[in-house]
Amino acid sequence: MVGFDPKRHVGVHPERVSNVSSTDYPGHDPGQDNAWDLAKFQQRLIVRVERLSNRSIDFDLVGVDASIANAFRRILIAEVPTVCIERVYIWCNTSVIADEVLAHRLGLIPLDVDPAFLDSKDSQNSQATDRNTLVFRLKVACERRKNAPRDATDPNVLFIHSEVLSSQLEWVPQGEQASAMAANLPASTNPNIVLAKLRPGQEIDMEAHAVKGVGKDHAKFSPVATASYRLLPEIILNPAKPVPPELADKFQKCFSPSVIRVHPQTKKVSVDKKSARFESMSREVYRHPEFEGCVQLARVRDHFLFCIESEGFYPPERLLPEAVQVMRTKIATLRRAAEALLNDTNANEDAEMAEA
Amino acid sequence: MNQPSQSNTSGGGGGFAQQPRQEMEYICADCGAKNEIKSREPIRCRECGHRIMYKKRTQRMVQFEAR
Repeated sequence: MVGFDPKRHVGVHPERVSNVSSTDYPGHDPGQDNAWDLAKFQQRLIVRVERLSNRSIDFDLVGVDASIANAFRRILIAEVPTVCIERVYIWCNTSVIADEVLAHRLGLIPLDVDPAFLDSKDSQNSQATDRNTLVFRLKVACERRKNAPRDATDPNVLFIHSEVLSSQLEWVPQGEQASAMAANLPASTNPNIVLAKLRPGQEIDMEAHAVKGVGKDHAKFSPVATASYRLLPEIILNPAKPVPPELADKFQKCFSPSVIRVHPQTKKVSVDKKSARFESMSREVYRHPEFEGCVQLARVRDHFLFCIESEGFYPPERLLPEAVQVMRTKIATLRRAAEALLNDTNANEDAEMAEA
Repeated sequence: MNQPSQSNTSGGGGGFAQQPRQEMEYICADCGAKNEIKSREPIRCRECGHRIMYKKRTQRMVQFEAR
């Protein structure tokens, strides 16, 4: 079909997809040099924020290979560090929730702590210091409210501390932490997370130690709620076979709302370029024989629509730069290793001399 | 689920072995009253006469991994 470019598009067909893999590498097309080139890459690369809110960001990443886009997605989920409660020391827990379960719940609380303030505690048994551990105290006891009305049934009216909330976690500064973290005191990002429910006579007394970690160790360390991407949908109309005017409205209904525009007088259909990104790719249009050959659905292979929901310390717009930073340290490590290998083969004899 | 590991290095009753033998307090399963039971004494609640008792939770610190 005209307009469909196998080098640029992934074809979406009624029951399969085609041209999935990219072919822009040297030696694939005779006479075309597809070697990676920094100037060409810079020209093509676009990062554009489409929507930004307190907790989430939608942005487009254009002009990179799927492997790079996927690497960023995976780093966002598993390798951008955050601070979470890791060890819990319980002196008293007479609530109905079991110790292990309560400890697990504490671990899942997103903390408002800049991971840059802490070093990662390299091994399980290494010493906890004020540079790698934050200490929180949780000491809550439930009692009856003296002047509660007799006919009250609401536990919040009848009792004091009937719910243990994340805001009751009290940070205990250690060493130089009090001055280093004075600007933004460590606490839960959400003060209203219910950790346990208490009734008169029940109490909780525990200490929690928070450390820096990454999502591949445990999902609680993941800085994102979701981090996903999809490819930009493209709807290619066939100029040789236009949609019949009497079927224009039916054609419009085959797509997501506002994706297809119908001219009010001529009933000529066109694709709304801005809204095409919201097309759900339901492939409904392929089910109707009268539209056969009118349209080809495709996705743009190097245009990634990212959607990231932040949870915890990082504002959503900081997440991608953090992921890039992690990627750069990985590349630096790889580069050092490769250079060491090169030097090793060049000066093999020197190395042997040095060792001897 | 991870194994809770007990330790008496900090917080909880340090020097546990040296402590004089305390009377153990139990809680009545029926009325919830605290009871001290000495050896060779009938197991019976002083308040309500119920014969089932619960042992109290340890005062020592218990460590958990938040995973």
